[in-house]
Amino acid sequence: MVDIKNVFKSFNQKKVIEDVSLTIEKGKITSFIGPNGAGKSTLISMVSRLIAKDNGDISIDGKDIMQTKSNELAKKISILKQSNSINLKLTVRELVSFGRFPYSQGKLNDYDWEKVDEAIDYMELRDMQDKFLDQLSGGQRQRAHIAMVIAQDTEYILLDEPLNNLDMRHSVQIMKTLRNLVDELGKTVLIVIHDINFASCYSDNIVALKDGKVVKQGRACDVIDKCVLKDIYDMDIDIKDIDNKRICVYF
Amino acid sequence: MKIRYLTIILIILSFASIFVGVSNVSPLDIFQLTEEQAKVLMVSRVPRLLSILIAGMSMSICGLIMQQLSRNKFVSPTTAGTLDSARLGILVSMVLFTSANPFEKMLVSFAFALLGTFAFMKILEKVKFKDAIFIPLIGLMFGNIVSSMSTFIAYRYDLIQNISSWMQGDFSMIMTGNYELMFVSIPILIIAFFYANKFTIAGMGEDFSKNLGLNYRQVVNLGLIIVALVTASVVLAVGMIPFLGLIIPNIVTIYQGDHLKKSLLHTALLGAIFVLICDIIGRIIIYPYEIPISLTVGVIGSGLFIYLLFRRKKYGI
Repeated sequence: MVDIKNVFKSFNQKKVIEDVSLTIEKGKITSFIGPNGAGKSTLISMVSRLIAKDNGDISIDGKDIMQTKSNELAKKISILKQSNSINLKLTVRELVSFGRFPYSQGKLNDYDWEKVDEAIDYMELRDMQDKFLDQLSGGQRQRAHIAMVIAQDTEYILLDEPLNNLDMRHSVQIMKTLRNLVDELGKTVLIVIHDINFASCYSDNIVALKDGKVVKQGRACDVIDKCVLKDIYDMDIDIKDIDNKRICVYF
Repeated sequence: MKIRYLTIILIILSFASIFVGVSNVSPLDIFQLTEEQAKVLMVSRVPRLLSILIAGMSMSICGLIMQQLSRNKFVSPTTAGTLDSARLGILVSMVLFTSANPFEKMLVSFAFALLGTFAFMKILEKVKFKDAIFIPLIGLMFGNIVSSMSTFIAYRYDLIQNISSWMQGDFSMIMTGNYELMFVSIPILIIAFFYANKFTIAGMGEDFSKNLGLNYRQVVNLGLIIVALVTASVVLAVGMIPFLGLIIPNIVTIYQGDHLKKSLLHTALLGAIFVLICDIIGRIIIYPYEIPISLTVGVIGSGLFIYLLFRRKKYGI
């Protein structure tokens, strides 16, 4: 369980997160939606201690993240930011093996390699594991990064816009993988996502943010609601029930 | 290229290097050296070889570490003001402490090199325009500013001749007694090997490092200390060797990738081989005279550098 209590953050006097309190359930997918600049990325960056909060408390399973050693946290929580920023020439296998760094400090033992192999197989990257990342397509690269996070083997997995620049097929593939991580491996997944239909179809809970404040949080079906969405995006969005899924029509 | 081949080439060249020179020492004499020949070997040839090996390896590795930490393929001691700062340090130590011994000179030079490189990294953080070519240009300008300070001080204190001797890297003056400081590099390079994984992770950025629980700042600082210390010791003993830290790591990266664990040893070996070849060429081209190493490395290196630039354009990396 991630507990966020009265958290504030501002950059250059501009308030980005204002008095946010949230509880994130374990073993579920929680999506963060909201317009650009709502503070979604900032919030999950604070949860994963990438940026420091100004005020408030964030704890994971009852432990304050600021009191926990960075290396210990790395075994508990992992975050994947937009992955296209890495331009190092590494092979897929090398990248995935870095996921074991918190456990091995670089000296991987048999168990670590086992985990690396598992992660590679889980993301079906076996036949391209010795290729360099810059030889892969965007979708494959994203899968390689997720494989690294799987190898890191943390209970909590945070992803910042994992579907960025991916086509529909790859987006669905990634979301299904995340669903499986939760359903099969019992992970807790937090994602920042722009496509509200993906959020609606694949997540258990949704947190809607606007201007640094929580507008609504709850089960996916409660947040995907005409009034709530109007509130967040300032536009009329029709919601249709198709095969028991709530689909937003906003075109 | 395998490590094995590189090692064999290095050994062959090392032997060649020992037996090239004005005083005639042939490999056949090795078991029945005259007193003079033994002296030539021990006082001049072997120290020269050792200093070439250390300089070649350590400057290449410095370049590799800097490129990794700055996340830019064109950053190296030459293009980040490290060399110029080290030189300014030596000059300052000569002016302020006239009787400074080599070790004290190295410490002052190290402090300046560290400060200079640190300043450059700070500038990098502030620069918004992160174009791959733009950053080394800033580094070169920064280096030139530092260098102009050196020239100014040198004029005031009549040391111009003195500083031009470090401007040009040169192995011909290496003799027992004046190069031993370079051995400082060896333990430092060994530390670099132990940190290979951490440097690679740091090369993927601060967020990525934090996610894996790595203390990013600490690793970057250690990297810069290594670079500054090694550069200072090499500049003091040999002088500036341009391009070395730029081209060798870039060549190795092309076939070996950016994982330092895989590329460090290759970089070290190839760096040593490259300097050895340049040194041997410099010694035979106008035999019995010599061309300084900075000239041969500069000519061959800039040619290779242009090739790398074009190659980069072609493959769009």
